[in-house]
Amino acid sequence: MTAAVEAASVLLLLGGAGFFLAGTVGLLRFPDVYSRLHAVTKADNAGLGLIAAGLALRADSLAGAAKLLLIWLLVLLASATASHLIARSSLERGIEPWKAP
Amino acid sequence: MSALLLGLAAFLLVNLAAGLVRVMRGPTAADRMLAVQLFGTTAVAVVLLLAEAQQEPGVHNVALVFALLAAVASVAFVQRIWGRGRT
Repeated sequence: MTAAVEAASVLLLLGGAGFFLAGTVGLLRFPDVYSRLHAVTKADNAGLGLIAAGLALRADSLAGAAKLLLIWLLVLLASATASHLIARSSLERGIEPWKAP
Repeated sequence: MSALLLGLAAFLLVNLAAGLVRVMRGPTAADRMLAVQLFGTTAVAVVLLLAEAQQEPGVHNVALVFALLAAVASVAFVQRIWGRGRT
């Protein structure tokens, strides 16, 4: 592995960890279920995506890198579906989106 | 190099522990379920990092199972507990 690929991989991994941190902070700090949904999906999509990309740069084979990509795509699909379901059912239950006071 | 990977995995685990506060506080079941969804994704990331640190590509299958379980858990929650017509 060349030094440039190594450095890119480390940067991607650190960026992914940063998104996970942001997702957790958002989950703890945001005021209602919809804004928390927004924070969680950032961690799901960007955080895991960056980590998978950073690890794919280290993969032994193209197939290994493709498998990481597929895992990310599965999580993307699942989290988009689940977030949509939770947001819609919360609206149907009459939970009002938070407004700035 | 594996020190960075293990360190990142530990950092994500600390994140996960912090997320438990939201499970405790709620206030609604949906908030708790969102924290669980984040746990699922974090678990996938941790398992991928550990697989690379240990040079065990077979562990990627475990990450796939985690991703599937998180998806099924969220859909089951909306279907059975949180969805239309339930209290």
